[in-house]
Amino acid sequence: MLEQLSIQMVQMLLVLFSAPLLTGFIRKVKARLLRKRGPPLLQPYRDLIKLARKEVVVADSASWLFRAAPYLIFAATWVAAALVPTFATGLLFSWSADLIAIIALLGSARFFLALAGMDVGTSFGGLGSSREMMFATLAEPALIMIVFSVALIAGTTQLSYVASFVMYAAGLRVSLVLGLVGLVIVAITENARIPVDNPATHLELTMVHEAMVLEYSGRHLAMIELSSQLKLIVYVSLIACIFFPWGLAPVGAGFNAHVLGFAAYAGKLAAAGGMLALFETTVAKMRVFRVPDFIGVALMLGLLATLLRFMSESL
Amino acid sequence: MPVSAWLLGDAALLVLGFLGVALSRARGGSTLVYSAAFVITALLGAAALARLLGGGQAATVTLPFGLPWLGAHFRIDTISTFFLAVINFGAAAASFFAIGYGRHESEPGRVLPFFPVFLAAMNLVLVADDAFTFLLSWELMSLASWALVMAHSRDPANARAGFVYILMASLGTFALLLAFGLLAGADGHYAFDAIRAHPPTPVLAGLILALALFGAGSKAGLAPLHVWLPLAHPAAPSHVSALMSGVMTKVAVYGFLRLVFDLAGPADWWWGIPVLTAGAGTAVLGVLFALLQNDFKRVLAYSTIENIGVIFVALGLALAFKTNNFGAAAALAMTAALFHVLNHAIFKNLLFFGAGAVLTATGERNLGKLGGLLNRMPATGLFVLVGCAAISALPPLNGFASEWLAFQAILLSPSLPSWALKLLIPAAGALLALAAALAGACFVRAYGIGFLGRPRSDAAKNAVEVDRFSLVAMGFLSLLCLLAGIFPGIVIDALAPIVRGLVGVSMAPQSAVGWFAIAPIAESRSSYDGLLVFLFIALSAMLAAFIIHRTASNAVRVASPWDCGFPDAATNTQYSPESFAQPIRRVFSGFVFTTQESVDMPAPGDLRPARYDLRLRDRAWEIVYKPVVGGVQKLADVLNRLQFLTIQQYLSLVFAALVVLLLALAIWT
Repeated sequence: MLEQLSIQMVQMLLVLFSAPLLTGFIRKVKARLLRKRGPPLLQPYRDLIKLARKEVVVADSASWLFRAAPYLIFAATWVAAALVPTFATGLLFSWSADLIAIIALLGSARFFLALAGMDVGTSFGGLGSSREMMFATLAEPALIMIVFSVALIAGTTQLSYVASFVMYAAGLRVSLVLGLVGLVIVAITENARIPVDNPATHLELTMVHEAMVLEYSGRHLAMIELSSQLKLIVYVSLIACIFFPWGLAPVGAGFNAHVLGFAAYAGKLAAAGGMLALFETTVAKMRVFRVPDFIGVALMLGLLATLLRFMSESL
Repeated sequence: MPVSAWLLGDAALLVLGFLGVALSRARGGSTLVYSAAFVITALLGAAALARLLGGGQAATVTLPFGLPWLGAHFRIDTISTFFLAVINFGAAAASFFAIGYGRHESEPGRVLPFFPVFLAAMNLVLVADDAFTFLLSWELMSLASWALVMAHSRDPANARAGFVYILMASLGTFALLLAFGLLAGADGHYAFDAIRAHPPTPVLAGLILALALFGAGSKAGLAPLHVWLPLAHPAAPSHVSALMSGVMTKVAVYGFLRLVFDLAGPADWWWGIPVLTAGAGTAVLGVLFALLQNDFKRVLAYSTIENIGVIFVALGLALAFKTNNFGAAAALAMTAALFHVLNHAIFKNLLFFGAGAVLTATGERNLGKLGGLLNRMPATGLFVLVGCAAISALPPLNGFASEWLAFQAILLSPSLPSWALKLLIPAAGALLALAAALAGACFVRAYGIGFLGRPRSDAAKNAVEVDRFSLVAMGFLSLLCLLAGIFPGIVIDALAPIVRGLVGVSMAPQSAVGWFAIAPIAESRSSYDGLLVFLFIALSAMLAAFIIHRTASNAVRVASPWDCGFPDAATNTQYSPESFAQPIRRVFSGFVFTTQESVDMPAPGDLRPARYDLRLRDRAWEIVYKPVVGGVQKLADVLNRLQFLTIQQYLSLVFAALVVLLLALAIWT
């Protein structure tokens, strides 16, 4: 009990404090790939602190929802992040939300973000929300189908059980590979990365996520930024936990196993960040109406993976 | 509580209907009628709930009217108890809401008499225990609601809605009449007990399933029989819309359950297939159309179609599992269906009340003329927000709990032996997930355009908060959304006896799981704890706000919007309902609906305004209804000749008909 509680606490702090670092790392690698020096690794922390200390400018047409949304979005994302095993599976509260509920929690965060984008009543906010919801209508079913295929393989939707099943009993399966590709596509879409959206853009017509949060400033913006960094780490942890669970400390493992889990997790984050940076420097952003085709691939892969599982136990 | 007490309540409602005729002219008459309806339905609801939790035995009573050799049978068993509770609490909330809302009614004389009759008819359908009483009450329900739809019949759109509604309602009742005819057989077993004692042959049972899908499905709004619903539901006054969408569709679900799970005897293996297909198609179609509507009440009506689709998907799963002897899985799917019945009754009532409150405050139903209402109607805005989040299946609210159960049921299906089901169920699951995601987009759009942003018209700008009765009704329902969401285990346990009555087994008691969590099969397989998720979100949000305000900054400056340095004071530069839906319309257009856009851009120097026209058509009209209407028209033209015969010709026609009928009878026996 006490051990699980401490693992839970460490996990919550770990994701919270490593989220900006992952973003900083990706920015650094991207800059190095372009032969630039890039901002320091710790720059995202400094940005967050700077933003939090600044005064908030709220538009006069905004309602209370605009001011409450950043905290709600942060809370929903953080709860989701706290429930995805990162370095150990023995989380105290892992049973309080399974994979479907974790995805739905991220859906709640998106719901409020899209509403906040429309609250001030500017054209850009509406544009961002409208596009974000369009992406979501395809990405969410894709994610659910991938979850279905994984859950059917492992016989459970509880992440810790999925992880141990994949680690010890799964072997290489076609539907797992399809699911992995699909989940990566969904992760890129949901985190507003190239080729779907550009996190560094300030060209208005290409913005999706940035357009929604355009009116935010100060501490509100800090919470929104932190939430999107957390969301990135949720997806990386999710991919790592489902498809690459090796190194996760099992329930009741000793201190050394947890240290190993920590190291493995750091390695996974670095690998994912590096690959994302490499991918982002090699592809160009798509037109908005090409994106549904891109996410459609994930949806089809997820459906295919699930159908394969319905056809045969071994695929 | 004996059945006669229920009938007494129903009789009181009927009497109230007659009193309504007189009271509609009196001052304060509407308050009196709605208060009385509230008291009666609240009592009936409380009694049903007590019965449900107390596990009362089935009770029957037979009254000496109706068919002379049959009498009118009434019975309350677990299934009807559950639906009685849902319907009477829904009705009580609507009556309470109407105490305030009904004051703004321009023609109380056309609403007050029919409202209590409508409530009584729905109650009677649920306690009816023979085919005759059932159909009579069903038809009374249809007629009373039709009268309410026609309350403002001077508007040609409403008159047309009423026409389409009465047509579809008659067709549906006709199908049910045939279904009961098949069930009764040649010997005329009209009482449900007699029907149960003589189950139909498999072929007949299949036919009965088809008729039940048509009859009850058209009332519930299954595609492609849904076309009347988005016309009729919004046309009625808002509290009646709420009842029709949130409650009457549940009576239709009850009719389907009663026919298919109870009366039609043992189900065949393929029964789940048509139900699943109809449900999944309906769910996606309904929500896609909801996403494209500009009328707030019509958005809600289409979203009802979606939710009915979700319920039927779960019912189809339950049928598929039940016929293949997967007891636990069938119980899970049936629990999901009933839970969603309850949830939809709660949040659809809430949202229609919200639409009514907006209508009272602004006189507008068109989302494109609203905006900024959260600042002007803070309480209504908050309650509608809860409703929107719940209907979008967001944790920790109730919509998510039932959706989660449905997903868990789908995950149990690969072990089914039939290949048709194996292929169909994942597809239905994908459509269910798509419908849930689209519902999220739909309600972000409806709420974001209607309640957020800047007001798009003077009416929205000058809106003020509505009366207390309306607010209490909405607040109560949004509290229920939250409670059912964070204590799903209690609801599941309360549903257990009904599920046992329908599929033979029920889910394991969830009170054993601890911490109010739910674990449908086993904790190692899947579990969800709404209470903890709610507490975590609330605590983390408060913690974050506290830390930031304490340690960093809490200064606020109010200024004009930034909008990338180009704020435009004109409110029509905001996203409109059409523009918000445009990307999704573009992605999904083509295979589900036909949209026609035309842009008329004047040449440079030309001073006329540019025009953009968007036309949206429901393909069901063209594919299903136009041929039928055309056929009926042709037939009518042909039969028209019969009106102009001589008396000799008429007499010989009568004689020929008599001979043919007698011949048929002679050959038959």
